[in-house]
Amino acid sequence: MSSQVIFGQLVVGLINGSFYALLSLGFAIIVGLLGIINVAQGTFYMLGAFGSWMLLNYLGIGYWPALILSPLGAAIIGMALEKTLISRVYHLDHIYGLLLTYGLMMFIMGAFIWIYATAGRPYPVPEELRGGFNLGFMFLPKYRAWVVLMALIFCFGTWYAIEKTSIGRTLRAATENPKLTRAFGINVPALLTFGFGVGVALAGFAGVMAAPIYSVSPLMGGDLVIVIFAVVVVGGMGSILGAIVTAFSLGLLEGLAKVVYPQGSNMVIFVIMLIVLLVKPAGLFGHQR
Amino acid sequence: MSHAVETKPTAIESPVASRNVIVALNVLGLIVLLAAPFFAYPLFLAKVLCFCLFACAFNLLLGSVGLLSLGHAAFFGSAAYVTGHALKEWGLPFELAALLGTASATLLGFLFGYVSIRRTGLYFAMITLALGQMIYFLAFQLPFTHAEDGLTAVPRGKLLGLIDLNNNFALYYTAAFIFLAGYLLIYRITNSTFGQILKAIRENEPRMVSLGYQVERYKLLAFVLSATLAGLAGATKTMVVQLASPVDVHWATSGDVVLMAILGGAGTLFGPVVGATLVEMLQFYLADSGLPIQMVIGAIFVFCILVFRQGVVGEINRLMGRG
Amino acid sequence: MADALSLAIRDLHAFYGDSHILHGVTLDVPAGECITIIGRNGAGKTTTMRSIMGLVDQRRGAIEIAGQNVIDAMPEKIARLGVAYVPEERGIYATLDVTENLLLPRKINDRGMSIEDIYKLFPNLKERRRSQGTRLSGGEQQMLAIGRVLRTGASLFLLDEPTEGLAPVIVQQIGKAIEMMKSQGHTIVLVEQNFRFATKIADRHYVMERGRIIDMIPRAEVAGRAGQIQQYLGI
Repeated sequence: MSSQVIFGQLVVGLINGSFYALLSLGFAIIVGLLGIINVAQGTFYMLGAFGSWMLLNYLGIGYWPALILSPLGAAIIGMALEKTLISRVYHLDHIYGLLLTYGLMMFIMGAFIWIYATAGRPYPVPEELRGGFNLGFMFLPKYRAWVVLMALIFCFGTWYAIEKTSIGRTLRAATENPKLTRAFGINVPALLTFGFGVGVALAGFAGVMAAPIYSVSPLMGGDLVIVIFAVVVVGGMGSILGAIVTAFSLGLLEGLAKVVYPQGSNMVIFVIMLIVLLVKPAGLFGHQR
Repeated sequence: MSHAVETKPTAIESPVASRNVIVALNVLGLIVLLAAPFFAYPLFLAKVLCFCLFACAFNLLLGSVGLLSLGHAAFFGSAAYVTGHALKEWGLPFELAALLGTASATLLGFLFGYVSIRRTGLYFAMITLALGQMIYFLAFQLPFTHAEDGLTAVPRGKLLGLIDLNNNFALYYTAAFIFLAGYLLIYRITNSTFGQILKAIRENEPRMVSLGYQVERYKLLAFVLSATLAGLAGATKTMVVQLASPVDVHWATSGDVVLMAILGGAGTLFGPVVGATLVEMLQFYLADSGLPIQMVIGAIFVFCILVFRQGVVGEINRLMGRG
Repeated sequence: MADALSLAIRDLHAFYGDSHILHGVTLDVPAGECITIIGRNGAGKTTTMRSIMGLVDQRRGAIEIAGQNVIDAMPEKIARLGVAYVPEERGIYATLDVTENLLLPRKINDRGMSIEDIYKLFPNLKERRRSQGTRLSGGEQQMLAIGRVLRTGASLFLLDEPTEGLAPVIVQQIGKAIEMMKSQGHTIVLVEQNFRFATKIADRHYVMERGRIIDMIPRAEVAGRAGQIQQYLGI
């Protein structure tokens, strides 16, 4: 087994882990703050990728502006959905939130398949990030390194914002006790809308990052969101740190698995989830409720 | 009647109509079941009945125990594959092949149930989804499933060595018999002491624990029964359409059955039958129209969750209760 | 003080789901006054407080704060009018440390106390300022619950059982803090089972029973009606 193969797979694993992390991060924020299991998280990932593709092919706007515009668009769509539809199920059992977002996912995915069919469309790697570095033991494409770097920055940045800033403090308070937080003059409903926007913007951002690597298709994110579920269950529902750590670890483990036992690589997360559920159901970083 | 907003999925309640009306409806239903193949394409009807049973089996868990399983396609599809393999590769008669398929679903149900039952609500749903996805991946790995192609041209064989199931009417009445048996079984379970205990657990689990009930065992048994009947539906489906494919274990199929139950009325026994029939008919008519099925299904889902949570039969019950 | 808030409740009915808790509560608190609501457990005192704050979903009647009817207002709007709520359960956030708990409530104006002044009032809090909220003792949590609303510049305070379960030494500190709030001219509504504590501070006492106000006892009459008061409290 050449070290080049192993490192190659580990890099792929890190890339996957980066996407898992960005998606899980947004998902965890939405679960914690709104109590909604956003099955459509993968759909916003798809919308982010499609957004960048549309910006390029319809408006000639390239990768760099798309990195900001596409997630922004995803956030706007998400916040509109939250205000009009999703907020109507807050008072119901959490199951309904899950089912509602599932319906939204089907609807949006179906719409895009209808318009764009299922074939993948290519998106070019931006000029500045083409080529790669020869590290001796392996060749590392620039864009791949970029993805991992950005994911790490965003994960750390989000964690920092939540733990150390005043808006993060307000978010944590609203997550723990929404009603009392309103009694302190904080517009919690608006905060929830904002939080949902942030959560899906992260997914959209991941989508833009994914476009040059995977082809852009309406099917993006469908199977991915189930992995995200497992990541968040293993990491501990509502734990931001748990989601990040689990996501990256999973990516690496999957990479290793591909080297050792390729057929089992996409089962890794589910096997881990089973073990965690039997041993520590609250998740690695979770609190027993 | 209290008009408190229903914030949790409703438990299966007996319909509020008078006894006579219920008996009349049941007789009518039976007549429709027996006469249907003379008015519509038997093959399609038989397929619909498979999904009716699937939806009812699923709702045993949702309606009676209050547990939302998002991976039920695992039981439906695995039985479909096993039955298909038994029919095609081993040449077994249908009743044995179906038995094998159903047994595999039972086993899977026990394994999955054992892990999932420890949690409830959202956690339970997510676990079942992940477990279902595992089966989906397995369906591509295992040699006998033939990956994307699935098991095609599965022979129907003979029932009890006598009846040729390639005869559309024989096929239909076999499916109808299986559906009816399954439905009656679910009816018996729901209205039995066991069903009452499940309902009590659903309403106040801590209380039942303090009363000394082995709550986990009851839930596990309900789960296994639900998985078994879902498997039976899948086994029959393979015989009817002569195909077992990855679609049968895909999360979209799990999602479809949730929609069937909720659209028809998860709080009722007959609701899932209505829901399954509506969804299957919808998919049938949409397939030719060029309209995106997924989009329409999604829109109906959203509509149901927001304004139609009681489902068709649930709403009818509510209206009749007022009158 | 010009900016002190008056509170007037007229025929307030409140419901939790199908339960009718308050049956036409009526009371008046002129600006700058301190009143208590006393009564047995389950009389509806906390529900009244929560209704004023907008935390009860179904309310009917009128609740006027400085003349403005807030019966249909959202809690955040009521807070921004200058109302501060110290709940019975204290509501200290576990995921925030002491300093974050203090900083959380939104400032309405600049007339509130500074963090340093709050630490001077409650020195224990300064010591524990980096501790997670729920690691504090009961008394410290109560101090924190009061301290954090002193920062906002609010001038109508709703205090629900601030001395419940606390040692006499802490009760004294709480009493001093409330006296200070009184001397600053703020309006205070106090729910208090400890009647000795209540009489020291309040100008008037409203007696509540089964969701209704059944009596009002001014300070001067407390001594004379001690027996009746004991009956009301079920002692």
